[in-house]
Order: sequence, then structure tokens, then C-alpha cells
Amino acid sequence: MGCGMGKSSLQEKKSIRAALLIQRWYRQYVARLEMRRRCTWNIFQSIEYAGEQDQIKLYSFFGFLMDHFTPASSERNLISHIFRENEICRDTEWERYFCYKDIEVPDSYTGPHLTFPMTFCGVSKLVEAFKQKQQLHARYVLQILGETWRLLRILPNINHVSVCQTKEITICGDLHGQLEDLLLIFYKNGLPSSEKPYIFNGDFVDRGKSSLEILLILFGFLLVYPNDLHLNRGNHEDHIVNLRSLKSGTNLIHFVFARYGFTKEILGKYRVHGKKILKLLQKIFSWLPLATVINDKVLVVHGGISNSTDLNVLSNLQYVSVLRPPKVVHQTLNGNRNEGDNGPAEGRRRVRSLTNHSSLKTFPQIVNLLWSDPMPQNGCISNEVRGGGCYWGPDVTEEVLGRHNLQLLIRSHECKQDGYEFCHNRRVLTIFSASNYYEVGSNRGAYIRMGADLVPHFIQYQASRTCRDLTLRQRYNIQKRSALRALREQLFVHKSDLIRAYREFDPHHTGKISMRHWASATETVLKLGLPWRVLRSQLVSRTHYGMVDYQQWIKELSITEPKLEVSDTSILETMYKNHSNLETIFRIIDTDHSGLISLEEFRQTWKLLSSHLKMEISDKAITDLAHSIDFNKDGSIDINEFMEAFRLVDLSAHG
Amino acid sequence: MAETSETADIQRKIRAAFHVFDHKADNTVDVREVSTIIYSLGCFPTKADIHRFVDEVEEDNMGYVHLDKFLPVMTKVLLENKFPPIPEENLLQAFEVLDKERRGYMEPQELAKYMKSEGETFSQEEMNEMLTALVDEKKNLICYKELISQLTLDLDT
Repeated sequence: MGCGMGKSSLQEKKSIRAALLIQRWYRQYVARLEMRRRCTWNIFQSIEYAGEQDQIKLYSFFGFLMDHFTPASSERNLISHIFRENEICRDTEWERYFCYKDIEVPDSYTGPHLTFPMTFCGVSKLVEAFKQKQQLHARYVLQILGETWRLLRILPNINHVSVCQTKEITICGDLHGQLEDLLLIFYKNGLPSSEKPYIFNGDFVDRGKSSLEILLILFGFLLVYPNDLHLNRGNHEDHIVNLRSLKSGTNLIHFVFARYGFTKEILGKYRVHGKKILKLLQKIFSWLPLATVINDKVLVVHGGISNSTDLNVLSNLQYVSVLRPPKVVHQTLNGNRNEGDNGPAEGRRRVRSLTNHSSLKTFPQIVNLLWSDPMPQNGCISNEVRGGGCYWGPDVTEEVLGRHNLQLLIRSHECKQDGYEFCHNRRVLTIFSASNYYEVGSNRGAYIRMGADLVPHFIQYQASRTCRDLTLRQRYNIQKRSALRALREQLFVHKSDLIRAYREFDPHHTGKISMRHWASATETVLKLGLPWRVLRSQLVSRTHYGMVDYQQWIKELSITEPKLEVSDTSILETMYKNHSNLETIFRIIDTDHSGLISLEEFRQTWKLLSSHLKMEISDKAITDLAHSIDFNKDGSIDINEFMEAFRLVDLSAHG
Repeated sequence: MAETSETADIQRKIRAAFHVFDHKADNTVDVREVSTIIYSLGCFPTKADIHRFVDEVEEDNMGYVHLDKFLPVMTKVLLENKFPPIPEENLLQAFEVLDKERRGYMEPQELAKYMKSEGETFSQEEMNEMLTALVDEKKNLICYKELISQLTLDLDT
């Protein structure tokens, strides 16, 4: 008897030990895969943030432009051309411009027909139509947008909502034009209604292909349930951010950085009325609310906070774009504001006592709400990685939440592998709703359900069915390939600087440098903070006795033959490096969105940019360049053609 | 002399692994990532081992770990080989303990039962992921003999 019991307990002990061993082994395997996944993720993220930094650098360029603006200068026309949309214009004039009434819907149109005022049935019909990949006619688009604009002008900057026993609220994070994710959320959670309130926490657009459809659906529900559908502005609901457009050819596979394309999406889908739609959206974005507060206890905002966040001040402001801070405002004697920059001064957000100083002081507060990220350490420092907003620590969370008598901050803005993540002692919650954001299988999306107890409950999902079935290892391989492709493009774009940096380690011009020097020089040039020594084996195929033949390698990176003939190849290099910023600038110049800019405008822009970059370029060189870009010699430059000239071919040929 | 260069080598590896999770580039990582870092350096600690390690290096329950504390402790772990890898043989034997009839394979539910009820149990999520990784789709079985060598190979490529 005793023997028998001893035997079985020995067996138990053995199986416990065996289970322990297997668990230990498996957890190690998973962790090592996770490590690799994280390395790949870092690549994506650093390239993405470097791209975002570029946009903020544009701000300094605009500041430069304005500083150099004198009425007598020849650039006057260009600058006033760029800022023409800031001319004082009454709302009624804009309303006439945006009028949809003359737009006829032809009999051949097979998409959804809308009736106004919008109803729940109407919006669900719209959702259904978009599910079937139909396109809404421009007339209805302008109609919805017009109604939305009118509504947003009377909504407050900060929404206050309440939840109770019978009414839970749903909170969604970034969607980034990924319609499949929004449809999945509606499928799992139900459509918005007065019994089913929703908060959408910004970044509805850019990157995915269906930004407009998402907006139309959200605006549709907003019109029907203005008290139960709440939209918070994200940093991408900013028309200048939207102007950065992807050089999307069908040959190019996902380039994750600068994958913005909202402007291009609209112009592509609506060739005749696209420009009007864009202008109206510009206005709508600048009127989107900044934050939502639930039961006076939970703050929901897209980016985050800073140590200077003051919700009372923010209730009274309006801001147009992160790249266009409010100009100094002058008070006239009778108290009417003489607006310089921010469009019509009518409406509830008119700030009567705004002085020169306070508008400049509070503008960064708004940027912080939309662009900041949390950090584990105490303090509040500027966010160099994004180029805008700040990093804020747990002490700032405590202070700001305490000051406003709040208990939780819900924000989005950062992609999280599981769709959500707590930090700062569970006082800050990040929610991200775009699944597979970087690449197939990269992350799940999630949304929050919250009831009267204000405890968040999470629902996670992943849009594509196929990726769920992929093993960890397969998903990792797909991501790795994409990340490497994106990295190679970065290397190519910085060719000259890289060669110069490598040469510093090669005083005898052997054409070879050590791997250590290669890694150090590459980081100095690209500044992406990546582990180059580890990545080297994936990027440089051949080494001789631990030395990298950089000349040969750089040559192999050359993957495109520019169609331009220019005498000065350094200009070409500069253009490659700055081509996304250039495109943004060109599209701003092209205020009527015709896709064309004149040679003179091009010349002036280039001259300004090069003096801002402190480059020496002769007038003749610029003129030659302008002429050579004018491919069909008609005196104007087609922006798309120009960008095509710099389009980089798919690098899969290099593995 | 040899010892110092070995230490230098080890420390270089530790720093590289640490920096993968050092997002703000200020030599700190979230405490939740520490186990991944330790595993990725080739160690096979138990969960209890990890808890002890974290207690030693975490910054006063602040939720993050500084490289200054992490480096010496991790260096010691690697120099002393505190959490050595599991030889394939032992792993095979472990499976054979659970696969009493020694068929060379196990049914997913069988393994799941052990993993979720014994030792340092798996969560449902960990279990689901393990099954996706280990189960042979066609046979719906875990053929552990082949798996062991295959998974080891996976990580080396």
C-alpha cells in the first residue's frame, strides 16, 4: 500500500518536472522569436517616426518663408499664393463654394442614394454599400460634409459624456483608413446609436485605402446621433499632414514610412470634385473636438498630455494645423478680432480676450494633446522622435489628472501589439484599433467597453483571417522582409552622405572598411537608432575578412535610373533626400489641386528650400533643373511626373 | 586576459539585447520585457528564477530597469551559466514522461491538460499559441520527436 502510493506520487513528481521543463523550453523559444519580432518592429517604427519628423521640419521651413517675406521681394507672389487660403473669407462665401445642389447624379450611378436629414437607416445603408465596395457620389459626399461642418462649428472643443448602468460606451483608437477594422468592430459590437454610444479617438485617415469611407460613416453617425457619437481629433486630421502622399505605383510593395495618402485617395476617387472635397475636409478637420471626458473622471484624447495641459484653457481655442500656428491676433477698438490666419471668427470658439502672447503659448498645448507619448521616467521633455509634442512621465500624469479631478487617461497614437497597453500605474491606457498596421500579423486591434464603474474591458481582433493561421515564425518572416525593403530604400536615398561617412574611415582609399566602422558611420548618417551590426548580415551580402566593400555595396544599392539630365548630380541627391517634403511643398503651392505648378513657382520654391537648407546652388543650375523636369516642355511641371522620376523600383530583386 | 575579453564579449551581447527594448534611448527598459531579454541571451530560467532576477534589478517598483543594474547581474548569470540550456535528450525524456505509452507523439488536448494544470502553468493564450506552433495540421498531433530538432533549427537560421 505504502509502496503503491509512493510509486504514484513519484510519477506525479516526474510529470510535474517534465511539464516544468517543457514549459521552460517553450517559453524560451517564444521569447527568442519575440526578440526578433521586436527588432523588426523597431525598424518600422523608427522609419515611421523619422518620416513624421520631416513634417515638423516643414514647419521650420514655413517659419523661414514667413520671416523672409517682404512685400518688395520677388517671392511675394509665391508666398501669398501659398497662404492664399488664409484670406479672410466669410462662411457664407465658403458655403456657396461648397454647394452640392448643382451637381447632378446621373441615372447610370449605381451607388447608394442618400436623403437628408440623415437617418440611422441611411447610414447603415451607407455602411452596407461601402462593404460592397461601392463609391458614394460626389454630390452626397459634399452634402454629408457640409452638414458635418455646420454641426462641428457648434460643438464644444471638449465633449462631456456620461455613462450609466444601462448605457455602456465604446472607445476606439486609430483606424488609419482601414475600413475592414471598422466593419469588424461594428460586427462585433453593433452600430452606433443612442443606446450604443461611441468615442473615436482620432487618426481616422491616412495610410489605409479607405480613409474617406471611414470619415463618411463616422460623420453620418455623428449627424444622426450628435450626442452619442464623439470624435476626437488626431494628429493626422491635419490637412498639411495629409498632403504627404505616397509615391504609390503598383510595383511598390508596402513602404511603411510616409504611407500617407489621404489627399491622393480623394483626388483619385473624385477627379472632378476632389479639390472641393479636400477643401471642405480641411475646414472640418480644424473644427474637430480635441478631447472627450467621461463622467468627469476619464479623459480621452488622441496623443496625451504635458505638464502644461489645462482643459479649461483648451475649451476656448481653435487650431488649424500643426504646421500653421496661430498668427498674432490684433484686437480692434470695438473688440472685434481681426483674424490673420484662422478663417472665420464666428461661432462659440471665438476668443475675445486672446492676446498676442497667449495664442502662441497655448498653441503648443494643443500640439501636445495630439502628438505626445508617455514615458516610464518622471518629467516632461520634448518629443524628438516624433518632432512634435512631448514625452510625459508618471508624475505629470498624477499631477494633471489630480488637478482636473480625473482618474484615468485613455489615449491612442501608438501602435501596440495587443491593441492596448496600460502604463503609469494603470492610470494611462493606450488603445489602438488598426490591426496589422505595419504588416500582416504585426498586431491586433482592440476597442474598449466601459460602463458606470469606469472599468475598461477590452475586445481584441485581427482583420485578416489568413494571418491568424500563420504561425509566429511565418508572420515574423513577412514582417522582416518588408522592414528590410524599407531600410534599403533609406540607405539608397542617403547614398552620397553614406559614402562620405565611410570614406572618413578609409584614409587610404582602399574601398573597404571594418564592420564596426560601417555600423557607426551608417548610424551617424541615418540617425535611426538601429542595431546596424546585427542588421549588417541582412543588408550586406559579402564581406572580405570582416571588411565591408562599401563602394561595391553602394553601387549595388542603385536601383533606378533617373530620367533627369542635370549637370550637377548633387542637386539630384538633395532632391532624392527631400523628395517627400518637396512633394508636400509643391502640393501646397498647387492650391487649386490641378497637379501642375509653373516653372517659375518651381524655381522660386527650390531657391527658398536650398537657402533654408544652406546649400549653394547657382540660379543657372536651378533653371536648368526646372527645364529638364518639364518633360513635355509646356512651361509647367506635372507634380506626379516629377515624383515618378524619383520613384524607386521594387527592391525585391536584391533579395 | 581571456577572461576579460570573454566578459567584454558577453557585455556587448547584453547591451545589444537590452537596447532592442530601450525605446527612449536612455538605458532603461520596461520591467515586463526583462524575461524576453534574458531568454534571448540563450538562458532557460524558470518563472521563479525570473521573479528573483527582477526583484534584484527593478528600480524600486517603478516598472522599469536601468542598464546599470541589469548589466552586472546579467553578466554574472552568463559567466556562471546559471540557467543553462536544456539538452535535447532531457526534453525528449520529458515528453516521454507525459506520453506514457511512448508513441512518439501526443494529442493536443493531452499536452494542453498538462501545460495548463502542472508546473508553471500556461495561460489559455500561451496554450493556444503553443498549439498553433506545434500541432501538425494534417495529423492533428504533436510529433514531439521531430519538433524538438526542428524548433532548435528555427532559431539558429
